[in-house]
Parts: sequence; C-alpha cells; structure tokens
Amino acid sequence: MPSVLFYLFSAIMLGFGILVVALRNPVSSALSLAMSFLGLAALFVSLGAFFIGIIQVLVYAGAVMVLFLFIIMLFDIKAEERRKLNLPAVIGGIVLVLIFTLQLATVLSDFQPGKRQINTVPLDPANALATRHANGLTVPTIDKDLAAGELPDVKLIGETLFTKYNFHLQIVGVLLLVATVGVIVISRREDKTVEPVPAK
Amino acid sequence: MAYTVPRPKLSLLERTYFPTLIGGLKITLGHFIRFVQGKGKVTMSYPEEKWDASLPEHYRGAPTLVTDEHERERCVACQLCEFICPPRAITIVPEQIPAADKFAKVEKRPKAFEIDMIRCIYCGMCEEVCPEQAIFLRKDYAITGTTRAEMVHDKTRLYELGGIREGLVNKWNPLK
Amino acid sequence: MDWFLIISSGAKIAIITFGIILPMVALCSLAERKVSAFIQDRIGPNRVGIPMTLFGAKKDIALLGLVQPLADGLKFLLKEDFTPKHVRKFYFWLAPALVLVPALLTVGVIPFGSSIQVLGKQIPLVIADLSIGPLFVFAISSLGVYGIVLAGWASNSKYPFLGGVRSSSQMISYEIALGLSVIPVLMIFGDMNLGSIVRFQDANGWLLFPAWGSGWTLQRWILLIPLVISFVIFTVSIFAETNRAPFDLPECETELVAGYHTEYSSMKFALFFLGEYAAMIVGSALIVTLFLGGWSIPFGHYLGLGAADAIGNWWVGLLHVGCFLTKVAAFIFFFMWVRWTVPRFRFDQLMRLGWIFFFEIALANVFLTALILMLVK
Repeated sequence: MPSVLFYLFSAIMLGFGILVVALRNPVSSALSLAMSFLGLAALFVSLGAFFIGIIQVLVYAGAVMVLFLFIIMLFDIKAEERRKLNLPAVIGGIVLVLIFTLQLATVLSDFQPGKRQINTVPLDPANALATRHANGLTVPTIDKDLAAGELPDVKLIGETLFTKYNFHLQIVGVLLLVATVGVIVISRREDKTVEPVPAK
Repeated sequence: MAYTVPRPKLSLLERTYFPTLIGGLKITLGHFIRFVQGKGKVTMSYPEEKWDASLPEHYRGAPTLVTDEHERERCVACQLCEFICPPRAITIVPEQIPAADKFAKVEKRPKAFEIDMIRCIYCGMCEEVCPEQAIFLRKDYAITGTTRAEMVHDKTRLYELGGIREGLVNKWNPLK
Repeated sequence: MDWFLIISSGAKIAIITFGIILPMVALCSLAERKVSAFIQDRIGPNRVGIPMTLFGAKKDIALLGLVQPLADGLKFLLKEDFTPKHVRKFYFWLAPALVLVPALLTVGVIPFGSSIQVLGKQIPLVIADLSIGPLFVFAISSLGVYGIVLAGWASNSKYPFLGGVRSSSQMISYEIALGLSVIPVLMIFGDMNLGSIVRFQDANGWLLFPAWGSGWTLQRWILLIPLVISFVIFTVSIFAETNRAPFDLPECETELVAGYHTEYSSMKFALFFLGEYAAMIVGSALIVTLFLGGWSIPFGHYLGLGAADAIGNWWVGLLHVGCFLTKVAAFIFFFMWVRWTVPRFRFDQLMRLGWIFFFEIALANVFLTALILMLVK
C-alpha cells in the first residue's frame, strides 16, 4: 500500500513538474508548481517527516506560490502565451536535465545508507533515548515523547537548529533581515507629499 | 477654498480601538437581548398582523365608486376625474340614461368606468375633484392580481368595493 | 492491517463531515440571518417549515424557520448555472472547489471529544491525531486562498480581480500574525498535538482560565498576560483569514460589487458561501481547542467528567462532544456579533494592523512568554 502511494505521489510531483515548463500560461505553470510541491510534501509525510511535509505546504504552496500567482496575475499573460518555443533553449534544458540525472545516479549509487530498505530499520525510541542520555542530551519534552515511543520530529529539528547549527541560523536570519531592509529601501517612494493646508 | 477639518486628538486608549469596539458590541448585544426577551420587536408579521384596525382616518387606499341609498349611481360621467388623474389611470365611457329608466332625469351615467390599479398612485385627486361625491378612496391597499387585466378595476368591481354611501351630496361632507 | 482502525476512521470522517460540519454550516447561514435580524430589531426568516399546505392541510408548520437552509440549498441547486462567456473556464470551475475542500480538510486534526466507547473499544474522537496539529491547520487553510485568487483571476473582470488580489495579500499578511501568536501557546504546552493540548487543559485548567489541577500556580496566572495578547491577535487574525467582517475586503459590497464571486451563480456561488462558513467553524474550533480547553468541561476533573472518566462511560464522551460544540457555537455567535457591529476596515488600515502592530506585538509576546517561563517557576 505505501509503495503504491509513493509511486502515485512521485508521479504527481514529476508530472506537474514537467507541466510547469510545458504549459504556456504562467498561471497554469504556477499552479502546477504548487501541485508539485503538494506531491513532494506527501512524499515527506510518507517518510514520517510530518513537520517538513507540512512546512513544505505552508511555506511553498501556501505562501511563496500565492505571492508568485499574485505577481503573475498583474502581468499581461497573453503576450507570454503568444511567444514561440526557443528550440536551442529547449534542447539545452533537456541536455542539462540528463547530465544532472546522470550525476545524481552516480552519486546515489555510492551512497551506502540509501541501500537499506526503510522498513528494515524500525524506529527505536527507547534506544535513542538511552543514546541521548549517554551523550548528555536532555530536553524534557523530547525525553517525554521518546519515552512514550513517539518520534518527536519537530522538537528534534528545533534542537538541531538551535544547538548544532545555531550560528548558521543566526547568519541566515541576519541575511534575511538585510534583504528585507534592502527591499524596503529600494521600494520606498520619494517623499513628495504636500503638507496639508492648515485650517484658517 | 479648501478647508481642513482638524481631526480630534485621541488618547492612547482610544487609539487602540478597543473602547469603541467594546462599546459597539455592548449596543448590539443590548438590542439582541432585548429582542430575545420580546421587548424590542418592531417588525410586523404582515399577513398575520395588519394595519387595518389602526389605519388613520385620512388613509388613502383604492379609489372606488359608490351608489346612493336608492342604488343610483352617483357618477354622472362628467369625466373630471379622468382629466385630473395624474397617471391617467381612469377611463370613462359616458352614456345617456334611457328615458324609461327610473333615474332618467340625471341624464348621464358611465357606460364603462375603469381604473387601472397598476397606474393608480393613490393621490386622491379624483375624490377631491368629483362634484357628485361619487368616487371615494377606501382603505383597501392589498390590490393584487396575477394578470394585467385583473388589475384593471371595471365598473362592477368598483361598485363592489365602494358599496353604498348614504347622506347628502355636498362637497365637503365629513363622512367618508 | 487494522480493519477496526480503518472502519472507525471512515465512520469518523463521515460523521464529522456530513453529520456535524455540513449541518453546522447550514445552520450557520440561518443563524447569521437570525442574529443579524435580532441585532437590528427585526424578526429574520421565520416562515420556512414543513409545507403542510402542499398536502392539503390548512396551515404550514413554521418551526421557527429552521428549514430555511434546506430551502436555500434547493434554490441554489435549481437555479440556472450560468457561466459567463469571458471567463477562463477551467479555473472558473476549479475555484469554488478549492475554497471548500481545504476548509473541510482542516477538520481532520481537531479533537471533537475525548473518546467514546464503541463495541468495547475506546475510539479517540479525532480523525487524524497528528503531532503537528496547528501547523497542519495553518498549512491547509493557507491553500484556501488559491480558490479565492483563482476565482478572481478566472472571472476575467475587474471587480473579482481586485477581490482576488486583496484576498491574497490579506491572507499572506495575517498568516504571519497567526503563526507568531500561536507560538506562546505551544511554548507553554511544549507539544503540538492538539489532542494532548486539550488533555493537558482538561487536567490543568484552560489556558485562559487556569482554575483547577496544576493551574493554581503563580506562573500560570502571570502567563495570562501574554496569553490574552496571543488570544486577541489570534482571534483577529482568524477573522482576517476567513474573510469575515470587519475584514471582508475581498468581497466588500460597497466597493467591489461582490468581490471575487461577482461572476458566480447558483451552486458555484453557494460553494464559496459554504467554504466561508466552514472556515469560520474550523477557526472557532481551533481557538476553542488552543485557548478554551477544547472539549473539556470546566472543573470536570473534580466532577468526575474528565478525560479518564470517558473510558467505559459513553455518555461522558458524548458530553465532551456536546461541550465542544457548545463552545464552538458560542464562538460562531461571537463572529456574527462582531460582523453586525463593526464597520469594515479600509485596506491600508488592515495592512497596517497586520504588519505594523500584530507582527511586532506577537514577536515581542514570544519573548515575554519565554521570559516568564524562565523566571517564574
């Protein structure tokens, strides 16, 4: 049953991914991309990574694509629909995709943990808890979930982000802040408003 | 000249929008509770409840024709109402009363008298102009029909609605 | 394969969707008209009942107009389904479904009751007990904006288009405030499973009313300050997310005719309508679950009506469902009450409120909660 769903959602993801570049209407392309994201989110969920899957939907399908759609809707899409196919670009794109697939295949064939079947590696919360305690890691909420035999994926991601990758996270945060400030500075209007006439 | 109305200075609390919001919610909840308690009812459930009993004296409803106590048509087909009618709702075809008739000395009566109730605006001018006090505005207001023809009141219908009006024919008869 | 789980899940989906949510949506449309009428000193729809005159009786049975939603539904189904010539057909047909489906999907993670005993087994009254409940609701309901945007765009005329544009910017802006305002709540629970959030509140007092269990601590009562701020921001953001007055700018009648559904008629229009009410119900249910203890009965812990008492006692389980629905109904009344009180905001005011006030206040609120959690033990 799960493998059927895997192929279904992979097909959704890849099919709509192809439609993104194949369709001439930008709105259709944007929606195909959103569908592709949903397929990807479903794949994450099937791997037990609920948090990543939901964030995929929340951030990409729910916010980023809506903004894309918002911008596209303001364009004149008729001009885009009339444009002819650029043959060298299409061929170049296909060649790039083939090279990338080849590269991915060679890299993945050397990736040993990928050869294990996921259903042969069951979740072992009790063992994980013991290992964590041995390493001196104690977070009450994570311990509670592990003791109850659940996978606290959200909390583990949070822990990793804020301990192991804390510095990187801060850097990314500053980068985003700089970008936000930059956008505001660029898009700020020149202050030419006229002072209102005071009442006589 | 442009005139700038100064905006009122709001205090910090007022600027949070909450005091006015809560005030508004209080007012609407008050109306809601009063209504649920059965105190705030202002709408009339029309077909069950009607204004009929408490219609004012001067209410102008459907124009009708009346007969006198001897069952004589009061209308003498002078056509004044037809001329005065602002929306031209009234159509009168006069005829001479045959000599054999009991009321032959009145000389004229309407052969056909039609009021198109789709056009009528209930202004009461016909009543006011009538020298014979033959046309009166009654208190009927629910004039309905499913066809246009049904909405044209002919002579029989008008007399049916108007009935008999007794008493003297004098212009400002207080009787209605 | 666990057939009992599959069958009970199927039954839960069917009962919750068709037995609770859709009838509630129908009743909401009647309740909205009744509440608005009462607030404005009118009577509201009170005629539609059982049409006994059709069967030769003298009088109809009016039933306070309770059959009005059925009559409305019948009217929507029998009306001409008109598709204007200038629309983009595919998206025009897709949009109404995209509005209703996400609203109904989000119901899946909301716990309707503690648990109920059927055939000797204890069934938890939630369709999918995900460990990321609130995030799931946010994610799926953020997809609802596609329906509105597409409706506006596919209608291919200016008023729906403006409605769609307004809706997309409004929903994205308020998602931020919504997400940030819920963080203090999650910090206090240390958990994102809506089921365990409610069980915690059942044992230790509701977030906004910590009056029993371990709720009588200084920390919980000091935490009320950030929680009330969170509650206000969350509730207002839910208003904005569901396009309810005073934030119903995407369908603002005075400016945009009917906004994004101007070109729609009959059942397609009705789907937008149903979607709005379903979103409102889910929003109320989420507020109730996070802040007001979900299905838990106040002091139920002492009265023998807590979560543990539902095991083996089917009527306690039903009582919990009833309690939840009562709270949700009260919140829906609040939604309607606000709608018929507050005039519509201007669009720049809406954006200012979302970006300049709620965003910053919610962010500061997270820090405040963290400080209290750290300092007050």
